[in-house]
Amino acid sequence: MTRLFQSNDQTLRRMCYLTIKEMANISEDVIIVTSSLTKDMTGKEDVYRGPAIRALCRITDTTMLQAIERYMKQAIVDKVPSVSSSALVSSLHMVRMSYDVVKRWVNEAQEAASSDNIMVQYHALGLLYHLRKNDRLAVSKMLNKFTKSGLKSPFAYCMLIRIASRLLEETEGGHDSPLFDFIESCLRNKHEMVVYEAASAIVHMPNCTARELAPAVSVLQLFCSSPKAALRYAAVRTLNKVAMKHPSAVTACNLDLENLITDSNRSIATLAITTLLKTGSESSVDRLMKQISSFVSEISDEFKVVVVQAISALCQKYPRKHSVMMNFLSNMLRDDGGFEYKRAIVDCIISIIEENPESKETGLAHLCEFIEDCEHTVLATKILHLLGREGPRTPSPSKYIRFIFNRVVLESEAVRAAAVSALAKFGAQNDDLLPSVLVLMQRCMMDSDDEVRDRATFYMNVLQQKQKALNAAYIFNGLSVSVPGLEKSLHQYTLEPSEKPFDMKTVPLATTTVSEQKTELAPVASSKLPEKLAPSRQDIYQEQLAAIPEFQGLGPLFKSSEPVQLTEAETEYVVRCIKHTFASHMVFQFDCTNTLNDQLLQKVVVQMEPSEAYEIVQYVPAASLPYSQPGSCYSLVRLPEDDPTAVSCTFSCTMKYLVRDCDPNTGEPDDDGYDDEYVLEDLEVTVADHIQKVLKPNFAAAWEEVGDEFEKEETFALASVRTLEEAVNNIVSFLGMQPCERSDKVPENKNSHILFLAGVFRGGHDVLVRSRLALADGVTMQVTVRSGEETAVDVILASVG
Amino acid sequence: MRGPECVGAPFEAVAAGQPFYEPSLYTVKAVLILDNDGERLYAKYYDETYPTVKEQKAFEKNIFNKTHRTDSEIALLEGLTVVYKSNIDLYFYVIGSSHENELMLMSVLNCLFDSLSQMLRKNVEKRALLENMEGLFLAVDEIVDGGVILESDPLQVVHRVALRGDDVPLTEQTVTQVLQSAKEQIKWSLLR
Repeated sequence: MTRLFQSNDQTLRRMCYLTIKEMANISEDVIIVTSSLTKDMTGKEDVYRGPAIRALCRITDTTMLQAIERYMKQAIVDKVPSVSSSALVSSLHMVRMSYDVVKRWVNEAQEAASSDNIMVQYHALGLLYHLRKNDRLAVSKMLNKFTKSGLKSPFAYCMLIRIASRLLEETEGGHDSPLFDFIESCLRNKHEMVVYEAASAIVHMPNCTARELAPAVSVLQLFCSSPKAALRYAAVRTLNKVAMKHPSAVTACNLDLENLITDSNRSIATLAITTLLKTGSESSVDRLMKQISSFVSEISDEFKVVVVQAISALCQKYPRKHSVMMNFLSNMLRDDGGFEYKRAIVDCIISIIEENPESKETGLAHLCEFIEDCEHTVLATKILHLLGREGPRTPSPSKYIRFIFNRVVLESEAVRAAAVSALAKFGAQNDDLLPSVLVLMQRCMMDSDDEVRDRATFYMNVLQQKQKALNAAYIFNGLSVSVPGLEKSLHQYTLEPSEKPFDMKTVPLATTTVSEQKTELAPVASSKLPEKLAPSRQDIYQEQLAAIPEFQGLGPLFKSSEPVQLTEAETEYVVRCIKHTFASHMVFQFDCTNTLNDQLLQKVVVQMEPSEAYEIVQYVPAASLPYSQPGSCYSLVRLPEDDPTAVSCTFSCTMKYLVRDCDPNTGEPDDDGYDDEYVLEDLEVTVADHIQKVLKPNFAAAWEEVGDEFEKEETFALASVRTLEEAVNNIVSFLGMQPCERSDKVPENKNSHILFLAGVFRGGHDVLVRSRLALADGVTMQVTVRSGEETAVDVILASVG
Repeated sequence: MRGPECVGAPFEAVAAGQPFYEPSLYTVKAVLILDNDGERLYAKYYDETYPTVKEQKAFEKNIFNKTHRTDSEIALLEGLTVVYKSNIDLYFYVIGSSHENELMLMSVLNCLFDSLSQMLRKNVEKRALLENMEGLFLAVDEIVDGGVILESDPLQVVHRVALRGDDVPLTEQTVTQVLQSAKEQIKWSLLR
């Protein structure tokens, strides 16, 4: 390698530098090369100096860096721009490795920032920002200086805009601060790059009013008609983001966007259409759909998914247009496409069916046609599951049976198994179809796959009993317990032989899943890591509590509530409480954090004073709470046995601890301490803490199953509630039960509504509530409660009253 | 201790749910040149988005399929912004994250293309490029360093690359040569 250095050929020498850079990661012995590079770095040939610096910095480490520090400093302020740029960029790369050394070159970088060369300005600014990143004051001072002095470099301006918006976001500065004015003034810069960066920054700022967005939007509108495709693309993409939050601000650009629909760049056209879909009116929907269908075959899969998601949002906005959209979506389903794309369409159709009962028949018909020729097992099983749930309730369920049975004959094992389950649901719900279903099941019992045969036999036996209760338990409403919990309980049962049969009620319930969040509309890079199934929150708590010796004999954990904050946000001690409900006890877990760095807390206990007949059994203190390390202390409370209906209670809480002052820098505590206490907010325990939500897909069947042995009914008048929606929301949140059959949505302009709620009461008994609401000058509510246990019924009625 | 690896762009997500990307000089993720069949002629990746060669090649194949038919300059693929330009039998790509300023990436692409066309005397096609690979390597090295845009002016890049014979000092050139290079400079500055 050194021989090559002796050559005088420029190109050869330069290629040497490149090779050194590439080999930087593998070669061990760089001393020889370093001296040659240093010589070149300070030599007379300007052409070598820049690249030599960059190569040298690639292979250097902290000790060597200090040796060449002098040269680096000289290089940064060198008059030749290539040398200065190279030195600055290399310093940036080395910040990661040896921040302290590079930090000493701040002054040189500052000097370089006032250079005339546009790239040197950009690099100097970048380096200064990276060095001062953590010091907000220094950053804002730097910003002030540069915004006033004005720079020539468009790249530097872009960097400044980004730093300014970052600073605005961190300090949550209002939009009348000078930083915002600076960004806005950049909208009038002569470089398009800067103008676009400014517009983009304004659009991305949270809490932007329409008035502040207006200049940015008008600038983007101008870009829409630019001859450069990149500019049009950038403008349309940003307008798309604006339309998500402020559709009204974008309506002014509708005309320009419509021109872009026919753009030769398909990405631009797609973005234009999805933006228009968000801001368009109902009448323009037909026209837009026609235009999209003409080019949807040419755009890439990612954009197809974007279009589908936009259509899905549109369907929710204009439910009357569902037939047009359904047709469009089914056409798209027939075309070629990847799994993600088809899945997005299927999800969209399912959501339309769920939201809009009128569209159910057409939707199901389209989906049936799709599964005839679907290569994705996941989608086929999902659709079969849906058919099983919704099909029996349609006016003519028999026509779906043919589709389902074809699946049993033709498809793979997973699909066959799903089809058998769907068939069973038809048989269970429609008595006239039951004989034909039984015949079909018999054929399925000859299937080659184990799972299919097992399911067919199981369902055959259940159906032949012809008992509604069994149907409900085994066919309609599946396993409502959490699977890891079931596994643990069974394991426990087998370890301790017992006379009693296994009781499902001892298994903790599965918490109902929240509805999927709307995914972001911008396509994201596919994740490379496989997703691991995380244990549910409840299982984690169960394990944590089981580890504490005082809580061994309590039995399985029934429910854990969401964390409740017992202190304000910025107080000295931050405490939040999680309520764990067991069969006849409750454990309150207090997660405390000490935010004072000059105190060490020990033996922390939260003392509770109940207002009702609850009995405090024991406190488990947190041993010590050093600065900013959260710790937990527990209180064990026994539930009142003599009056089971007194389930709600208010506790006033006080945190008691031993505090020792300590040195803020070292954390060393003093030897003696003193007792102190800190008052917390009151803690409420309500009936919702005793009930776990359980979703029953078929409420009527579950209602029959529970039976009316313990059924009670009462009527209440809710004087303070004006609308049905408010009443429904109040009941759902108060009782903490799961609304079923989508009964939490009150249709518009109706004066009466029936709300179905399901849950499981502490102790493992199902509780079902059917509540008839009528709106007539205030809301009257007739509540009927059924359960397997009388206590639960009494509790619910007592608490509502 | 080895020197810093190819550094990647640092990102930070703000807890408010809206990701805010840390202002940074690291803007370019990759620079690629592919030929008419989508085969790689030159590729430099500046971060770890595609760590293995296999993944890189799969990515290149993907973007080639999506872009070689249409004539537009910009696309969003696999969650990354791709700006591209094609000439006769070569396809130039500059890749950045989807949150990057697209015009910045375009300036890198234009700089690369213009410098190459100057170095290859307007003959930007595969054979000429293969004969002048060292110029290509040096040019890209001058334009982007470790993901940071180093230079955006093609004239500067050509000047720094200083291939044999191109950079004869002013005093040694003949009068016509000087006039020629002056004309070239004026033409380039008007075109921009």
